[in-house]
Amino acid sequence: MHIIVPLRQVPDLVEDLEIDASGKDLDREWLKYKMNEFDDHALEEALLLKEEVGGAVTAVALDGGEVDKLLFTAAAKGADRLVKVRGDFPTPLNSHAMARALAGAIQGLDYDLILTGVQAVDELDGQVGVLLAHYLGIPHVSVVTDVQVHDGKAVVHKEYAGGVMGEFDVILPAVLGIQAARQTPRYAPVSRVRMAMRKSTIEEVSAEASAEGAPDIRKLFKPEKGAGAQMLEGSPEAVAEKIIHILKEKGIVQ
Amino acid sequence: MSDVLVFAEHLQGNLTDSTFELLGKGRELAQTTGGHLIAALLGKGVEPLTEQMGVAHKVVMVEHQQLAAFNPEAYAIALKAVVQSLNPSIILIPYTSMGMDLASALSADLGIPLAAYVSEVKIEDGTLMTVSQMYGGKVNVESEFSGNPKIVSVLAGAFPAEAGKVEGTPVIETMEAPNALANLRVTFKQWIEPEGGDVDITQQDVLVSIGRGIQSQENIPMVEELARKLGGALSASRPIIDNKWLPKSRQVGKSGLKVKPRLYLALGISGAPEHIEGMKDAELIIAVNSDPNAPIFEYAHYGVVGDLFDLLPILKEKLGG
Amino acid sequence: MPELIPSREVFRHFPFWAQFLFYLTAFAGTIIFFYGFYSRIRKYRQGRADNRFDHLTRRFLNALSIVLRNQTLYRGDAYAGFAHSLILWGFIVLFIGTVIVFLDHDILRLMGMHLLQGTFYLWFSLILDVFGLLFLVGLFLMWARRTLIMPYKLDYARVDRDEDEYDRSGYLADDGFFLGLLFFIGATGFLIEGFRIYADQPPWAGWSPVGWLTAQFLSLMRLSPATVNFWHAAAWWTHAVAVMIFLAYVPFSKAMHMVTDFVNLMFRDNRVPRRLPGVSETQLKEGMGYKTITDFTWKELLDLDACTKCGRCHEACPARSAGQPLSPRDLILDLRTFADATFGTGEWFSQRVKGWNTDRAVIPGGIIKAETLWSCTTCMACMESCPVGIEHLLYIVQMRRTLVDEATMDDSLQEALMNIGDYGNSFGQPARARGKWSQELDFPIKDARREAVEYLWFVGDYASFDPRIQENSRRVARIFHRLGIDFGILYEGEKNAGNDVRRVGEEGLYEMLVEDNMAVLQQAKFQKIVTTDPHSYNTLKNEYSEFGLQTPVYHYTQLLARLIDEGRLRFQKKLNYQVTYHDPCYLGRYNRETEAPRKILRALGVEVKEMPRCGTNTFCCGAGGGRIWMDDAHIKERPSEQRIKEALTLGKLDYFVVACPKDFAMYSDAVKTSGNEGSIKVCDIIQLVEEALG
Repeated sequence: MHIIVPLRQVPDLVEDLEIDASGKDLDREWLKYKMNEFDDHALEEALLLKEEVGGAVTAVALDGGEVDKLLFTAAAKGADRLVKVRGDFPTPLNSHAMARALAGAIQGLDYDLILTGVQAVDELDGQVGVLLAHYLGIPHVSVVTDVQVHDGKAVVHKEYAGGVMGEFDVILPAVLGIQAARQTPRYAPVSRVRMAMRKSTIEEVSAEASAEGAPDIRKLFKPEKGAGAQMLEGSPEAVAEKIIHILKEKGIVQ
Repeated sequence: MSDVLVFAEHLQGNLTDSTFELLGKGRELAQTTGGHLIAALLGKGVEPLTEQMGVAHKVVMVEHQQLAAFNPEAYAIALKAVVQSLNPSIILIPYTSMGMDLASALSADLGIPLAAYVSEVKIEDGTLMTVSQMYGGKVNVESEFSGNPKIVSVLAGAFPAEAGKVEGTPVIETMEAPNALANLRVTFKQWIEPEGGDVDITQQDVLVSIGRGIQSQENIPMVEELARKLGGALSASRPIIDNKWLPKSRQVGKSGLKVKPRLYLALGISGAPEHIEGMKDAELIIAVNSDPNAPIFEYAHYGVVGDLFDLLPILKEKLGG
Repeated sequence: MPELIPSREVFRHFPFWAQFLFYLTAFAGTIIFFYGFYSRIRKYRQGRADNRFDHLTRRFLNALSIVLRNQTLYRGDAYAGFAHSLILWGFIVLFIGTVIVFLDHDILRLMGMHLLQGTFYLWFSLILDVFGLLFLVGLFLMWARRTLIMPYKLDYARVDRDEDEYDRSGYLADDGFFLGLLFFIGATGFLIEGFRIYADQPPWAGWSPVGWLTAQFLSLMRLSPATVNFWHAAAWWTHAVAVMIFLAYVPFSKAMHMVTDFVNLMFRDNRVPRRLPGVSETQLKEGMGYKTITDFTWKELLDLDACTKCGRCHEACPARSAGQPLSPRDLILDLRTFADATFGTGEWFSQRVKGWNTDRAVIPGGIIKAETLWSCTTCMACMESCPVGIEHLLYIVQMRRTLVDEATMDDSLQEALMNIGDYGNSFGQPARARGKWSQELDFPIKDARREAVEYLWFVGDYASFDPRIQENSRRVARIFHRLGIDFGILYEGEKNAGNDVRRVGEEGLYEMLVEDNMAVLQQAKFQKIVTTDPHSYNTLKNEYSEFGLQTPVYHYTQLLARLIDEGRLRFQKKLNYQVTYHDPCYLGRYNRETEAPRKILRALGVEVKEMPRCGTNTFCCGAGGGRIWMDDAHIKERPSEQRIKEALTLGKLDYFVVACPKDFAMYSDAVKTSGNEGSIKVCDIIQLVEEALG
């Protein structure tokens, strides 16, 4: 079975995010990127499926940022094939453009199943996975927490609010938006990543992408500060004291 | 051309809160655009639900066996047919598990623009403007739309549900189910109920809720003890559930539960919009996080910036036996 | 009158066939002995290469000195050391005596010479008699230790398996057989002598005092000369057969330590574990670390055979003491049993472990449990206490490398490693926040990347990011500033030095950190490095040189001690505190620096009470080797808590003084969790320095 996992880089939220001079995008000069955490789950689920039913996992990512490292990390974890999609992409790259570029690239590859992260923190104009499915003309299910594959179809669990799940049969090929893999995504030992850098090859394909389908961004702004919480300061001792005082006041503890 | 269409989301026979939130907001928008508020109700035998949608001018109903339970493919086909037939100005879809499948599908299929993660919708000088909570709630994006129709995918809890909860008898229009429903690649098989949760976190007065900041599963018993001392239960944000450190029944937020305890003590939770929507109505929110910029502090009543492992033992000790 | 020349007949009254039989027995014993050793050597030859053949003479003399002085055995256990000295010297002298008899009888005699006669013989008799007695006394003391005293370290109960999962009765049998057989050989030796003296009544019998005494006892039985001769022959044969059994037994039992331990001490590497080996290109291809027994080097396979089960490491190990499933002793013994099973060597009496698939199984996570390997704090107490130079840490880290390579680890460790990979620190804080702690100072710290400084201060993760420790970092900065030291830091250019990353077994990440740090260090202008963190100190000092670091590296206590010597640091105020000082493993034990901090404490005027485990024999706080990143929730009694209790046995103490950021974090917690907040306070030595400076 051929499983494709598109990987995307998202701004690392640990770092402070700054808005650029135009006010319409993040200041990307110093921005640190990391793999979208849901994509990491998608990759993990793909690797687990491969271990179960055999086949190959192909990691696909759009050029830019530290894309090579991203792909080599996937190889270190067990991806068999690495594909980098090049093209003249708009910046910032929105979900529609990304999905079009991915669709263009994936069309030329063998695939039975495409696993994407269910969402990402920067998907202003919808989820890449669902858009990709439509550009490829194949079905999709989002918010998937369990996948089993047999006889050309996938049996998946889709999760709703409150933990109720729907079970679906999906005829392959299909795109699944993975909410969580069955286990914590595995660690990629640095030596394996480095080995991949030396041993694995990244195939390059080009694709085109228009950004159409997204709203026009007027501006970015940070949520107002100060309106929020009253901050409790001091030593842990003093803070604990204050919390207990508040809880007593509200009658939550005696 | 100026109508507002709301996707009426229902799960296992009940309209969801999101539906009422969108209906309320949709009515307000329709007043500005001078159009009608129309609810798209897809399902099988769902007519009784229309009675709860008195706020809508009209309910367009599509009934088909394949629509009985939500099905990403079937619902997208049916909703697309409704949109094509009505040609509304604005389409409101909740940013929920169902909405995620529908909004993007519709946008791709019909080639119409979409804004997701939306927490605010306004019409200014005839232009639709939305605010989306991006980057885990750290940055907001204000967007505008030109042309019709456009899709707005709204975070659950962004608007009050009360405004949408009006009893009444809207006009009901039944649309014929599209033929394409006969030939689907996605088939609904069955519902799977969550494993019998040991505790119903929606019924607790006190919730001690943990997020990524708890670092490891082994730290959970310590927090559980604190919860016990406060006479409450343990809940968690999504990463904890995804890592299988706590059962699904303890998840607060999108794809988890919405809670309104008297005290919500958020430990190591940064406060992504998906989490906020599940807990922001708690009476008292106290948040502890090591990142002073964590969005949770915008929603908490009291905040503590610091190491929760320093605070926790002391707090536990002061609470006594 | 030639019969009056003091001497004795080797085969007294023996017919030819009996002599022939003896040679046959001796031949059989010798063949088995050499076969046994050959099979062991064959085993070592299957290990990976490891070039330890430099300075062979020095290595030999060094090992000889350690062995003859019993130096490593007295340390920490004088009783065992003394008893072992008696046995060792008794054995050596008796062995030499036997060799002389052999030479005299079987070689010199053929050349018409006779050495064992006259005065030489008399002295020979006396010396052998005395040492024979000491030999028996030593064996008796060891027997008493095993049966009457029963120290904890000799208890073979395992900490990682339930009682029904293994059988170690073989070990007890081996101990009994070894002691018993040696005692039997010694005792029958005296019996032969006794019967001979009883029968022959030589006038020089007094030169064999024990034999003479034995003869006196035997004579109480009033036996006929024929009976005495019969019993002499009987004792002689029993003794001879016992000796030959012993000879055959040696290479198949704990007795092999007589040979393996000398060789093992000779080939040990004194740089281990301060400096760990890297990973070669071929290893990288085959998967990092040690997966199967054939990944071990010949020296490591020899290590396994060197263990005498003395249990010193078992007793010293903080993981074992905390109830974790690791005992260095059992790790070695399991690997030995497994290596023997794999290579077809073996012991007559061994252990059995249930559920082992010995068919070339994977070791880390299989034969040795992953939890066992992850329990190690790399504190080096095992190696320090090992009398025979076993290098446990080397293969613990190698096996951890395999676990990391297979991503078998604790979630919180995974998180820490990912943080270090992403941000250069285990806290998951952005790199640019590294210098933030210095913002509260009322003077700026030089950026060593931009300005030349004398001392480059490598601050380390905990001292930079842990809010509890940042104040100590500021104290160091203020004091350096006040003393006019020209120093700077690397700000966001610094990354985790990697000491514990390497010891976790994440060698790839370690290399990456070293490369990143070296790139910044090579850019910066400085003459010396000073560090507050003993862990960073260790790797910078001992391991970075392989990657090109040339400058000297100091711990801040060393720098301060030198300033005291130079008169640049003087205290106006004497502090009237009673304190104890905890030696950090990576400073005191790894790098033997126990004096500098004590010099500072003396200069401060505080009264220092030493804990029973101090200096190079210090006890770990439980944080090293990456343990600080792993879950410690299920530990029965944390090493840090045990240590606080140890300090409290010293009576009234104002401060528990540390000189390591991790220690400060660990012990501050331990004081709280052990409920001793009222009785003792933890402080970094710098806090006292600042107080005394006023």
